[in-house]
Formats: sequence, structure tokens, C-alpha cells
Amino acid sequence: MKSFDYVQASQPADALRLIGAAPSSRFIAGGTNLVDLIKYEVENPGTLVDISQLPLTKIEKTATGIRIGALARNSDVAANKLIASQFPLLSEALLAGASPQLRNMATMGGNLLQRTRCNYFYDPSQPCNKRAPGSGCGAIGGYNRIHAILGASPQCIATNPSDMNVALSALDAVVQISGPNGNRSVPVIDFHRLPGDTPQKDSVLEPDELIVAIDLPTPKNAGKSHYLKVRDRASYAFAIISVAARLAVDGGVIREARLALGGVAHKPWRLVAVENQLIGKPATDATFQAAARQLLAGAQPHEHNAFKIKLAQSAIVRALQTVA
Amino acid sequence: MAEKDTYLIDGSNRRWFLKQSSALTGLLLAPPLVATSAQSTQRQPTVPPSGKRAITLRINKKTYKIDVEPRETLLDVLRERLDLTGTKKGCDHGQCGACTVHVDGRQSNACLMLAVMHQHQEITTIEGLAPSKSQLHPLQAAFVKHDGYQCGFCTPGQIMSGVAIIRQGHANSPDEIREWMSGNICRCAAYRGIVEAIGSVQKEGKTV
Repeated sequence: MKSFDYVQASQPADALRLIGAAPSSRFIAGGTNLVDLIKYEVENPGTLVDISQLPLTKIEKTATGIRIGALARNSDVAANKLIASQFPLLSEALLAGASPQLRNMATMGGNLLQRTRCNYFYDPSQPCNKRAPGSGCGAIGGYNRIHAILGASPQCIATNPSDMNVALSALDAVVQISGPNGNRSVPVIDFHRLPGDTPQKDSVLEPDELIVAIDLPTPKNAGKSHYLKVRDRASYAFAIISVAARLAVDGGVIREARLALGGVAHKPWRLVAVENQLIGKPATDATFQAAARQLLAGAQPHEHNAFKIKLAQSAIVRALQTVA
Repeated sequence: MAEKDTYLIDGSNRRWFLKQSSALTGLLLAPPLVATSAQSTQRQPTVPPSGKRAITLRINKKTYKIDVEPRETLLDVLRERLDLTGTKKGCDHGQCGACTVHVDGRQSNACLMLAVMHQHQEITTIEGLAPSKSQLHPLQAAFVKHDGYQCGFCTPGQIMSGVAIIRQGHANSPDEIREWMSGNICRCAAYRGIVEAIGSVQKEGKTV
């Protein structure tokens, strides 16, 4: 591991000042992703700004829902009674991710910024436009079983690996951000981005901005939710496909629907138009199958991952059946 | 208290950097004191070499003062600097669980933790689990009884995770144990014995 400088921040304002003060500095909190990437020399920070001691760990009720501090641990959020009772989808997704050890370390803000698990991104001997812009993409024409089938670009076919992000997307979560010019709020569906011509940018967060909280708005209709994760082994593996589904059904008719897909794109895949079309329809297999087809419309598989299209459609139907 | 002191005096036969400094002892409130380099035992006040930080770690209820580079992981500090080699380096990337320790009671991967970030937290390693040098922890005894290992390399991490999930109430059935132990890989595949060992301690209701 290359050496780097280290400073610790005690307050968010401190952290913002420190991140702006040194070139090539990065925030570190749980470290589960960043330390790993530094070991592989995928990330080469000059300075780490330690934000793990900032007072941003609270999970509290707000007028419109629940606010989760950016430094709350994944394990604490999953086990929190407010979250488990009002947003069980988030608990389910968090517990489907990583291992107990990693969940104890990883923070909510860090999970939002978790980087892709594309093998070519992780291997500095390989071309990767995300790691080294302009170097090419090893996955296109390479081994691409785990890669994107939706929203990719000729520069990058990486996927977002987080389970939590898929659930947050289906929960209409909002990311609260502090920066040198003040605060801003970004809905999770707009926080992560598609690769386009700048795959090095996973999200709209600027390097000198700090995530301070995640807001979960209370849904209009309670309904039921489910996180379905399909992976290569029963536990402790990244999703090949995942579905976060939320459905409010009244008298057999769908009143509200949210559907987010993981493992298929550079960001959690949600199509609001498909969700809107479900409203007023009967909660039947035929409806679910139509939604599954629409959500995968335009999918572009690569050599090793065409199976994901059918798998995703089947997973969507099963997840919707579970919450109907 | 006596045990704590004894441990550090015994530390003279540990690695070269673990020297007790009588010159410094009087300056610090809490024994034990561990000076960290030949240099720092000779001159005081000490200034860490460029890039290094003087940090204080609490490990197995003992206090360690040591100079580290920011890039040194807790795992490397435990094994290479403090001679606490019970915690194993398997993958070194948070995938295998061989390096599992408790940090403020939570099972954590020491290979992904920078030592400089974990000062003043209570760290427990496999060396700090048994009630005394002549007595095994109940889960250690259960691993022996139920053949919870073959080569033994992953065993310290397995036991640290096992103790944590029993304490946290996640060891109520073989399926639940398997799920909550998923962060610990055993390439000898002693999983059956591991699950039995953890299940037996949980069922006996022993304090772990």
C-alpha cells in the first residue's frame, strides 16, 4: 500500500475545510471499500480525511419520515426498530449485503458511494475508463457475466454493487449534502448516474462535498415491500440480480408501486412510467409480467450476461407476487 | 492489575520494539507503557519519525502506545508490531474473515481498519478471549469438542465471529448460524463442526 497523509475531522465544517485544503484528498469513514481499493492501488489518495468521529450517526423521526445520519453503521440501521417497522425494505436489503463484520464497519454514506465490483476496474493492469479515463473498457469484449444490461455506454458497462442503494431508490430516499457553498438535497434516483462519456463519476457528489444524512419519506400508502436478491451462493455475495419492490394493493387493485432493479445498471434501475402504469391495474401475474417486460425493454446483453434479462424478469414477477 | 503489569514486564521477551521504558513510566498515568522503538527508549520527549503518528490502542484490556504510519492496518499492527499473531491474515481484503476481531464488541475485519483510526476503542483479539491462561473460553472448548477446524488457520476468526453472534442473539438455529457466520470462510470446510460448536454453546446458555 502506498503511503498517504492522514488528518481527523471533528465537525462537518472541519471536514469540508480539510478536504479542500490538500490535493487528492479523500474522506474515509468505515473504510471497507476505500482501504481495499488503496491496497489494489485503484485509489491513490494523497491525504485521508477521517470523518468517522463526526456526530452524524443518529437515526431520528422527522416531520416527513426518518432521517438517518450518514455515519450510522449499516448494522445499526438494519437493526433499528424505527427502520425495521416503518422501512423493512431497507433492513432487508442491508442484511442481504456483505457480512456481519463489514456491516458493522460500513456507514450509510459510504455504502451510497460504494464503487463497482467490475473485475477490470479492480485490476490496474487492465484498461478501465472508470479507473483511468480514456484507457478503454476491458469488460466490453472481455468476461462480462456480472456486467450491465441497461443504461450502459460504449465507455463502461459496470454495475452499482450496493443492495442498500436499490432499496433506497424504491423508498424515494433523499441524500442530504453539505459543501463549500452550502447544503443541497438530491433524490437517490438522481444521485447515482449512468456512465455516458464520464464513467469515472459514479454519482453527482462533488469531491469536496460531504454526505450528512439520508431522508426516508413516509409513503402515502403503507403497502408491503420485499427485497429479492439472486446471487451465486446463499449468502455473502454480490447480487447478480436484485429487486426492491413496494406495492400498495386495495381490493385487488394496485394503488401505489415502486420497482427498483439491482445488478443490471450503473445505478439502481427505476422507470417511473412503468410504476405509474401499474396504478389501477389488478394485482395479477399478467400485470406483473407486463411490468417486468417493460422494465427490461431496451436491455442490451453482452457475451456472458444475456441470462440476466430473463432472470431479472422472473425476479420482478416473484418479488411482486410476494408483496401483492 | 497485577496481571496487566506482569504481562508488560513479560513483554521484554517479546519483539524488539516492545521494551518497557522505566524512564518514561513515571510520566504517564496508566501503566502499562510500551515504548515503540529503540530510539524512543533513549531520548525523550520523543518525536515520531516523519509521517508516523503516536497512537494509543486498547487491546485485550491493555494499553499500547506505538508510532504507526497512517497506512498500517490494525491487522498488521497486531501481528507485526505487537506480536499478537492469533489474528490471522487470510485474504487481506475483507473477504475471508480470518482477521476478525471485536471493536467495542462488534465483529470487524482488522485487515480493512487503519490502526490510526481506532484509538481508544476496546479491541479484543483471540488472545483476549479466554478467562485465564489455563482455561479455554467456552466456544474454544466447543470447537475442540466438535471438530470445528482442520488446519486451524481460520479458527481464531471463526471463534471471534461465533462469540459475537451468540452475544448478539443470532445463533438460534443452524440456518441462522450459517447466515451470520457467512463472513468467515473455512477452506478445509469444517463448517459442520463450526455450526455444531456454536449451536452447542448457545444451547447450553453459557455466558460468553
